[in-house]
Amino acid sequence: MSDTAQPQPQPAPMTARRPTGGPAATLAHLSPATATRARNLIALYPETRSALIPLCHLAQEQEGWLTPGVMVDIAALLNVTPAEVLGTATFYDMLHTEPVGTHVVSVCTNIACLLNGAMELLEHAESTLGVNAGGTTPDGVITLEEAECLADCDATPCVQVNHRYVGAQTPESFDALMSDLRSGARSADIPNHGTLNRVERTTGLQADRGQIAAERAATAGAQSERAAAAKQAGS
Amino acid sequence: MAITDAPKIITRRIEHPDSHTLERYLATGGYEGLRKALTMTPEAVAHEVDTASLLGRGGAGFPAGRKWAMLRKNPVTFLVVNGDESEPATFKDHLLIERDPHQLIEGVMIAAYALQVSQVFIYLRGEFALGLERTQAALNDAYSHGAVGNDIFGSGFSVDVVVHPGAGAYICGEETALLESLEGKRGFPRIKPPFFPAAIGLYGEPTVVNNVETMSNLPWIVLNGGAAFAALGEGRSTGTRLFALAGHVNNPGVFEIEMVKTTFHDLVYAPVLGGGIPHGRELKALIPGGVSAPWFGPDQIDLPLGQDEVADAGSMLGSGSVVVMDDHTCAVRASWRITKFFARESCGQCTPCREGSGWLEKIMERIETGNGREEDLDLLLDACDNIAPGLTWPPQQTTICVLGPSIPSSIGSAIQMFRDEFLVHIKEGGCPFD
Repeated sequence: MSDTAQPQPQPAPMTARRPTGGPAATLAHLSPATATRARNLIALYPETRSALIPLCHLAQEQEGWLTPGVMVDIAALLNVTPAEVLGTATFYDMLHTEPVGTHVVSVCTNIACLLNGAMELLEHAESTLGVNAGGTTPDGVITLEEAECLADCDATPCVQVNHRYVGAQTPESFDALMSDLRSGARSADIPNHGTLNRVERTTGLQADRGQIAAERAATAGAQSERAAAAKQAGS
Repeated sequence: MAITDAPKIITRRIEHPDSHTLERYLATGGYEGLRKALTMTPEAVAHEVDTASLLGRGGAGFPAGRKWAMLRKNPVTFLVVNGDESEPATFKDHLLIERDPHQLIEGVMIAAYALQVSQVFIYLRGEFALGLERTQAALNDAYSHGAVGNDIFGSGFSVDVVVHPGAGAYICGEETALLESLEGKRGFPRIKPPFFPAAIGLYGEPTVVNNVETMSNLPWIVLNGGAAFAALGEGRSTGTRLFALAGHVNNPGVFEIEMVKTTFHDLVYAPVLGGGIPHGRELKALIPGGVSAPWFGPDQIDLPLGQDEVADAGSMLGSGSVVVMDDHTCAVRASWRITKFFARESCGQCTPCREGSGWLEKIMERIETGNGREEDLDLLLDACDNIAPGLTWPPQQTTICVLGPSIPSSIGSAIQMFRDEFLVHIKEGGCPFD
């Protein structure tokens, strides 16, 4: 080793990789109104991370999908890493980590719909919209999806737009629906993609949190006592 | 066998267009069950549910009363309601959530009181946008009405209920995957036994997970007594149950039927129920209990709609769905689509399920599209055997959860019942139904 060797940069300690955020974190991507609603949601859960999926839904209201920026903000609010938000989000069909159209049209082709013409409807949709399932029309208005069962099997083939049921569809009614979506004729009952639940919770938690915390601590104590007893019995 | 005049326990309100509102709910006896429960001891309420011998309506059919009994030795628990209905062709909870959310909330409150739980989560399938809105609106009204929250109806008992949206994943209907999802994680089922949610559940704490339909039965059970519920049905299958009828029937829908007293034949053909098969066609096969269940042929259609009766016949009542396939249906195509579903929804944790579902789906696709080989039938059964050794019913399990062992059911049934059809696909190089 020579005297001229330069000191190597030390890697940051592991703890520094975890954001030191929390509900009070400063946010760059969520609007102030969305951030307020996000903090109200976090307050409903005994463990902050439980709000992750509700927050992803909330964040999708802004752009219709989860931009890398809003995932950073969600991570900061929940005190997890952005990778953890991405990791959870990519598991779920409804959380989009890439841009989607203003309207996501889901055509179910699962068994009950298959028996009643769903494949034919999906083929019709693909040819008239000019995209394959999974694709978005060039004008960015419609994303077409081949969906799994949407639990509305007495109205087949079943179609949802932005997770709103639109009833059984024929190729003709489907075409009419698409032009209604483009003209905005359905905007009252079908909000743009990303808006899932338009009904806000009007009340905070009311049960005594102190009592709940005490009960949870008692449970944890009982559990560790039992575990210790089991360990002793086993050894 | 016949259609009985058993009372409508959980669907009596849905004939009203405003069945989801508090006004209609209160005008039709709403929250009387909760008021009565609050005058009883929690143990007495649990005892009524035990007496009713209410089998869980989620799919596994585990008695709700026994599930609760596993909890009582612990000082505190969470109650989580499973409203992640996503078993294909099952749409009964969808009806209850959208059309009678107050009944669900009242049932939840009764269960919370019996279990002495202070926090409840109602996990609803994300795709139920209207259901989420109606349940949240009903919950807001229930808080204002004093039925949820602090000091419920002046009883001193307090509970908070949170409506939690899922985000589109079939596996989250599995209770431990649901708990992972509720903790903000990927929906990976947990290894069990030994630790079921009753011991280690949400945040590692004792948790009861009950289905929406199970909860919705509780107001009636408390008001009328567990014995009145148990007097309906037969044997282990007590009360009424919702059956979701879909596929090739004139009148698909959700029907509340007294258990055991009615047969599959009644369900499909009775004018007040399914109304028969369209275009005067014949029955080819039906899928009882969701796509995880082995199929029944026309010779089994006189079986009663009962938990044990269907199990003894080699299938399951499962989620209460019944899919009817007429004689113009391609069995290969139907089982291919079901297999594709499992391949898409496998969470990927366990190799037999993740790889097996993909293999099976590819082989089924090539048979249906005319590229099948004669040895494919053996290959299919061999791959099925790797997921559920022996292809028994109920299946052997090689995976963390029961999604894996559910995959072979449809392929096994289709090959067993319609082997010739597979051979025609292979020999003629295409689907004879196209």
